[in-house]
Amino acid sequence: MKFDDYIYDLSSPGRTGIDLPDPDVPETPIPAELLRDELPLPELSLVQVARHYLRLSQKNYAVDKGFYPLGSCTMKYNPKVNEWAARLPGFTAVHPLQDPETVQGAMGLMYELQEMIGEIAGFDAVSLQPAAGAHGEFTGVLIMRAAQLARGETQRHKILVPDSAHGTNPASTSMAGFTAVQIPSDKDGNVNIQALKAALDDEVIGIMVTNPNTLGLFESQIAEVCDLVHEAGGLVYGDGANLNAIMGIARPGDLGIDVMHFNLHKTFSTPHGGGGPGSGPVGVTAELASFLPGPIVALNEEEGLYEWRHPEKSIGRIKSFYGNFGVMVKAYVYIKMHGAQGLREVSEIAVLNANYIQARILQMGDYPVPYGHRRCKHETVAQGKIPNADGVRTLDIAKRLIDYDFHPPTIYFPLIVHEALMIEPTETEDKETIDAFLDALDKIAEEARKDPDLLHGAPYNAPTRRLDEVRAARQPVLIRLPDAKVAT
Amino acid sequence: MRYIPLTDEDRQAMMATIGIEDIDELFADVPAEFRYPDLALPAPMTEMEIMRELDMRAAENANLREFASFLGAGAYNHFVPAIVDTVLSRGEFYTAYTPYQPEISQGTLQAAFEYQSMVAALTGMEVVNASHYDGSTAVAEAAIMAVNIQRHKRRTIIISPTLHPQYRAVLRTYTQGMALNIIGDETADNDFHTLIEMCDKDTAAVIVQNPDFLGQLHTPQEMQDLADAVHARGALLVVSTDPIALGLLKPPGEYDADIVTAEGQGLGNSLSFGGPYLGIFAFRKKYMRKSSGRLVGETIDADGKRGYVLTLSTREQHIRREKATSNICSNQALNALAAAAYLAAMGKQGLRKVAELTWHKSHYAARQIDQLEGYEVMEELPFFKEFVVRCPRPVAEINRYLLEEYGIIGGYDLSQDYPSLGNAMLLCVTEMNAREEIDDLVTALDEANAPHIRLNLEASL
Repeated sequence: MKFDDYIYDLSSPGRTGIDLPDPDVPETPIPAELLRDELPLPELSLVQVARHYLRLSQKNYAVDKGFYPLGSCTMKYNPKVNEWAARLPGFTAVHPLQDPETVQGAMGLMYELQEMIGEIAGFDAVSLQPAAGAHGEFTGVLIMRAAQLARGETQRHKILVPDSAHGTNPASTSMAGFTAVQIPSDKDGNVNIQALKAALDDEVIGIMVTNPNTLGLFESQIAEVCDLVHEAGGLVYGDGANLNAIMGIARPGDLGIDVMHFNLHKTFSTPHGGGGPGSGPVGVTAELASFLPGPIVALNEEEGLYEWRHPEKSIGRIKSFYGNFGVMVKAYVYIKMHGAQGLREVSEIAVLNANYIQARILQMGDYPVPYGHRRCKHETVAQGKIPNADGVRTLDIAKRLIDYDFHPPTIYFPLIVHEALMIEPTETEDKETIDAFLDALDKIAEEARKDPDLLHGAPYNAPTRRLDEVRAARQPVLIRLPDAKVAT
Repeated sequence: MRYIPLTDEDRQAMMATIGIEDIDELFADVPAEFRYPDLALPAPMTEMEIMRELDMRAAENANLREFASFLGAGAYNHFVPAIVDTVLSRGEFYTAYTPYQPEISQGTLQAAFEYQSMVAALTGMEVVNASHYDGSTAVAEAAIMAVNIQRHKRRTIIISPTLHPQYRAVLRTYTQGMALNIIGDETADNDFHTLIEMCDKDTAAVIVQNPDFLGQLHTPQEMQDLADAVHARGALLVVSTDPIALGLLKPPGEYDADIVTAEGQGLGNSLSFGGPYLGIFAFRKKYMRKSSGRLVGETIDADGKRGYVLTLSTREQHIRREKATSNICSNQALNALAAAAYLAAMGKQGLRKVAELTWHKSHYAARQIDQLEGYEVMEELPFFKEFVVRCPRPVAEINRYLLEEYGIIGGYDLSQDYPSLGNAMLLCVTEMNAREEIDDLVTALDEANAPHIRLNLEASL
C-alpha cells in the first residue's frame, strides 16, 4: 500500500535535495570491506521536502494557533525574540570544547542565568546541566542520596512521594536505584501529615514535593512538612514544574526545600518543541552545592573571566557538555525582559486566570471541582462527570473540545482525581479566549446530556477522527520502510 | 505588560467573578513570613534593549562561521541546509507539547514516525525511539535497559576505553545507586580481546563505540566477531556510533548489535555550545517492551484512515510510575525533527556524499600532518573524520598558536582523558573544512614547532 503523504512514498530514484561540492583534495580509497551495501533513505527534491513538512505542520495544534490549557505543562506564549536570540551565529556556531577565553559571551550568559534562577527560587547554587524536568529530578535524587552518604547515612534508600506527584517522581526514584514510598493526600489535597510522620524513619533519603501540587493547590503546611522531614534526617526535593504560580510570591528555598529542578520550558517560556528539548536546571542550598553535577560556570573575579568548575563532591556529569544551551538563551531573554516585578505579575495573572476558570466552572455546575472549596494556584482540576450524561467520560469531553478548536486540558491526571480534567490557562491568554473556552465546556455539557453519542464519536473537525490506540499497542508498527520491512 | 493581554477592566471583572477585591487574596494560603520576597534581579529590559545586549554577548564568542575549526570530540561541524531551520521555525511544530492528543498532533507524530523509520534504515535496526537527550544519556539508558532485559541477574557493564569519556562519566553518574559493576576502561590499552575476556555470566552488556572516540574504525568483521563472542557469553552488545559515518559504512544492525546509540547532533542540528542535541536510540524488536523512551506507532482512526499515536506507553512513567522502564518525559523531539528534515533533504545520495567528503578531507589532512617533522598520526586502524596526532609540544600551546596566528580552532587536547598518549591532539575534519583551511592548519602546525616560536610560546604561558 502506498500513501501519498508518507516520506518514503514521495521518493523517486535519482532525486536529491541538496547538491554538495566535489572533493577539493586528492581522494583516498575507501576499503570495500567497510562499505554498506545499500542506504535505504528516501530520495526527494527540495520542493517536496518543503511541502511535506509544511503540510505536516498544518496537522498540528500549537500555542501559536490557540488556547492550550494543558495542566502541569504551562503552555504559555513562546516569545519570538527568544527564538531570534538563540539563533544568533555567536551562539549556534560555537563548539562546546572551545577554549573558555573564546566563549566568554556564552559562559557569561550561563553564569547570569544560574544566578537569576537561584535568586528567583531561593537557592545558593545552580547547575544548568540537566536536559529536562525528569532529568533534573533524577539529578536531585542522586544529590540527596550523595549528601546522605556523605553524612554517613548509608542505610537510607527510601524516597517518599505523595500520591498526587507527577509519574516522573517515582520513576526517577526507582531508576536511580532507590525505593519509592507513596504518601496519601488529605481531604484538602495537602500531604497527609499523619501518614508522613508514620513513614519517616532512618531509611528515608528524603521526600519529593510539588508545590503548588498537581491539584493546583499550595501546600499550606509546607513548612511543617519540611521541618518534619529534616528532623527525621531527611532532605526535601521540590518538583519545580509549577513554579509559574509562585514567582515573586514565595521562594521554595525559603520554605525549607533543599533541592529543586526548574522547567525552563514551562516557567520561562521556552517552547516545548512537540516534546522537547526542555531544560531542567537544579538549584540547591549551600549545604548541597558541592554535590551538583558539573561543570558549572564560575566567575574568576581576579582575572575577570568565567571558568568551568567541577563541584568537589559532585555526583558526576549527568549529560555531555553543559546542558541544553540553546534553551538557556531563551529563558535568559525572558527573565531579563521581565525583572522581579514582571515575573511576579506573571504568577499573579496565571493564578488569577486559573481561579476565574475555577469560579466559572463552579457556577456552571456541570463539572465537579473536588477541591473547589480552596483557592487554586496556576491550575484547577475539575472532573468530566457531567450529571445526567450517561456514559460520557473525560476522554469524550476532551475530544469534543478539539471540535471547538481548543487543545484539551490534561486528562486522567492527577491519578487521585477520578476522571480528571486539569486546566492550566497560563498568564498569556486574553479574557475573550478564556471565556470562549468556558462557553465551549458549557455547550459540551449540554450536548452530553442531549446526545452522548455525539461526544463518543468526537472529534469531527480534526485532521483525523479518533485514533485506535489499543490497536497501535497490540499490533505495533513502529517503522515503515519501502521494502515492507516493518517492525511489528 | 510583556505577554499579558488582560486589561484593568478584565482583571476587575474576573476578580468580581471569583469574589475577591485584590489579587493578594489568592495567595492568603502562602505563609505570611515568606510571602512576597524581594527578588534581586536586573531591571526589566525592552525587546529593543535585550536584542542589543544579546548581539553583543553573541559577538564575544569566536564562532565557526568566522574561524576555521578542527574540533570534534562528540560535537561536529557538519553542514546544515537552510530548509532544516525553515521546518523548525514553523510555530505549529515548535510551540506544540508532547503529542498526547493524537488527532491534533499528526504533524509531530508522523514526523517522529518518519524519523524512526529513516534512522532504522540508517542504523540497520528494527526499532528506533523518538529520542533521548543526547549521545551520553542514550548510552546510560542502554546500559539500564540491558540490565532490565537481564532481569537484574547480570550486574556488570563492560565499557571500552575508547567510548567517549563523557559518555562513560554519565553512565557512572546514572548508575551510582544501582550497585552495578562497571569495568573495562581501566587502561586505554584494553582492546576488544581484553573486553571479551572480561565478559562472563555476570555481564549484562558490552558497550563499544565505532567509529570510536579516537576516530578509529573497527571493521565489520571485527565487530561481528565481537558480537558473536558477547552473545556466546549471554550478554548484549551496545554500539555507540556516528550517524554521518553510516552514510558510507556498514551499519551496526548488520553486525548484530542489540542496542545502537549515537549522538545525532551532526544530522541537521547546530553546535549550539553543547546542546540541545539528539540521543539516537535503536534496538532489536524483541526488546521493544523493555525499552525506554517514547515510541510512535501507526494505527487507524474511526474511519479506517491511517494515523499515528504514542504507543506502548505502559512502559512509561505516567502510567507505570515507579515500575516504568525509564523516567523519560520530555525528550529532544525538535532535534529529531531537525534530523528527519536533514535526512529527507540530503537523501540517499547527499548523506553518502557528506560521508565521502569527510573521509577524503580527513585522510588528506592526516597524510599532510603525518609528514611534518615532530608530528605523527597515531591511527593504525582505518579512521573516520577524526584522528590522533602526537605533537612535539603540549597541545594547549599549539592550539594557542593556531588561534592567535591563524584564527584556527585546533583539535581536542587528549592529555586529561588519555594521559598515556602523551601530547596528543584529536583532530576532526568534515565536509565543512575547505582545502585551504587544511593547508593553513598544516602550515601553522609546522610553524608551531619551529624553534623560535617554541621559545615564544613557552615564555607566554
